[in-house]
Amino acid sequence: MEAQRTAYHKIWGAHRVAGDPLQRMLMYVDLHLVHEVTSPQAFSGLRAAGRRVRRPDLTLAVMDHVVPTWERTRETPDPVGREQLRQLSENCAAVGIPLLDLYHRRQGIVHVVGPELGLTQPGMTVVCGDSHTATHGAFGALAFGIGTTEVEQVMASQCLWQAPAPTLEVRVDGQLGQGVTAKDLALGIIREIGVAGGQGSIVEYSGSTIRALTMEGRMTVCNMTIEAGARAGLVSPDQTTVAYLEGRPAVPRGREFAAAAERWLSFASDPGATFDRQVRIDASQLEPFVTWGTNPSMSVPVGARVPELAQLPSGSAREAARRALAYMGLEEGTAIEEIPVDRVFIGSCTNGRLEDLRAAAAIAAGRRVNPRVRAMVVAGSGAVKRAAEEEGLDRIFRDAGFEWLEAGCSMCLGMNPDILSPGERCASTSNRNFEGRQGAGGRTHLVSPAMAAAAAVLGHFADVRQLEPADLGAAAQGR
Amino acid sequence: MVEGLAATLSRDDVDTDQIIPKQFLKSTGRAGYGGACFFDWRYDAEGRDRPDFELNDPAYRGAEILLAGRNFGCGSSREHAVWALAQMGFRAVVAPSFADIFCTNALQNGLLPVALAESDCADLQLRARRRDGYRLVVDLRAQEVRDREGRRAQFQLDPFWRECLLAGLDPLGMALREEAAISAFEQARSPLLPNTRHRWE
Ligand code: SF4
Repeated sequence: MEAQRTAYHKIWGAHRVAGDPLQRMLMYVDLHLVHEVTSPQAFSGLRAAGRRVRRPDLTLAVMDHVVPTWERTRETPDPVGREQLRQLSENCAAVGIPLLDLYHRRQGIVHVVGPELGLTQPGMTVVCGDSHTATHGAFGALAFGIGTTEVEQVMASQCLWQAPAPTLEVRVDGQLGQGVTAKDLALGIIREIGVAGGQGSIVEYSGSTIRALTMEGRMTVCNMTIEAGARAGLVSPDQTTVAYLEGRPAVPRGREFAAAAERWLSFASDPGATFDRQVRIDASQLEPFVTWGTNPSMSVPVGARVPELAQLPSGSAREAARRALAYMGLEEGTAIEEIPVDRVFIGSCTNGRLEDLRAAAAIAAGRRVNPRVRAMVVAGSGAVKRAAEEEGLDRIFRDAGFEWLEAGCSMCLGMNPDILSPGERCASTSNRNFEGRQGAGGRTHLVSPAMAAAAAVLGHFADVRQLEPADLGAAAQGR
Repeated sequence: MVEGLAATLSRDDVDTDQIIPKQFLKSTGRAGYGGACFFDWRYDAEGRDRPDFELNDPAYRGAEILLAGRNFGCGSSREHAVWALAQMGFRAVVAPSFADIFCTNALQNGLLPVALAESDCADLQLRARRRDGYRLVVDLRAQEVRDREGRRAQFQLDPFWRECLLAGLDPLGMALREEAAISAFEQARSPLLPNTRHRWE
């Protein structure tokens, strides 16, 4: 009788090209996503070696990291960014890789666009020269980030040498409280296991809380797997996955759809499959979190205070916190709700999807952005932006004083004109609060979209549970 | 085998955004990153060396082995971080643990990520800080780090990578030699799987 297998082991077993699956094997890549920042050196490496791209039809390129969020008719201001975009166009045209460029209706952040098009499906292997490739694990795919040399290897061979990884089950049960979102769940998990807690592992998120999440929410959770140091994170496919995929452009239709769905569901972990490690999280204990430090594990519930150094468990934790507080310009023991913000960023591959924008808009509706705050909303993709506009979310944001901008990575990493100035403090829905991440000297606090909107209107961090959310339908109508 | 001066960077969770800040990713080549390595920690606003940054210690000038903290290289997958460290002169990083993608990127570029026990790392760091000109040998064949005073510490490198590095093999070349297996695999793939040749509307 066959042993009970995890989703990871099923995908792993189905992608062996050569070698020993227990040691190191050559693994086939079903989908390779490419963007402008980590690909130019790979393309030139291929050219120099006289090699071709093996499967341009399993490769999709997107412009996202350096693109400005202002009107597409305006030029990309910095010459090097422009050069990266130009090279991506040229490289893709030369080898036949489909490209969603700046002017394409479907352009957006690579990890938002792939799932939207239905390109990410259960049981697949997905790689991209970007660590947040983990996002695609929400579909029950094995998805992870790679470096530029590996980008070149995948282009040339459609394969990668991979060693098997240990598995970690993060089991979340219970109901998330009102105002507590998938983002808070992700921050709560990292708080629990630490930024190296998943190191080298493949995480499977399971439990009733995960089952109850939408695909958007699952993507948010899987997206931040990398911030816990894991190689990849995934959720076993179920009917929620199947329903999300139905009708998407890259998904088969009719009788083929039924066959595909059956195939997808076969990749779910078998009941009773065992993992190398397990962590349990009680969802009912989670609150809206705000990070106070310079890595994503440094967070506290919004009603709490920045920790006192003396209360931290170890010397190295105290030293790291001391350094983080100095960088963040914060005193130990400060109440989170007393920290004022200068900027608010709503977007990124963590929280730039329609559901995220709706959550933020429900708080923004009928309120005004605090005059000392500059707040921006950057949809994760052109499709998200259009869908939001159809619902009138853009009007709600604009009326409240938010900037409504074109899709891209934007201030998640500040490789475009959207950056923090030194010392500026930002409530951000992105995934990394590293020093300088959003601009040299900038100070990033990670929060959920609704919490970001609350900070925008009040001018400081605030418990979103104390703000009555608007009925979006009525808010969009009522103008 | 790498033999060289050791320098310490004693903090945990050093992320690749710190190793090479994003403003230096706007190059389409693999060279010229060394001067920007640890940019925001290394230089002040006027571009002068910050005296409070460990690696700016004159005793560490010319260091080739970096003694680092836990979870080194976490965060972004940017291989530029490895290029920058190598171009700053490092040939090996010795730490209690590494982030996954960084580790692979380092190996691809011949920068040795050496994972030692926490206690060994702490001891080597202490030694390096205590005397100027502290040198180490990283011996890939023996999988051992040693100093001149006879302090030794063992490490284990993935056998695949150890062989690649010792025999000078490259993973892409090895993959391409499996052409027949790759083609056979492609023949057998499910026709239901998606491809990117659509007119995306
Ligand atoms: S939105 Fe941020 S994290 Fe996501 S791909 Fe872009 S830069 Fe990376």
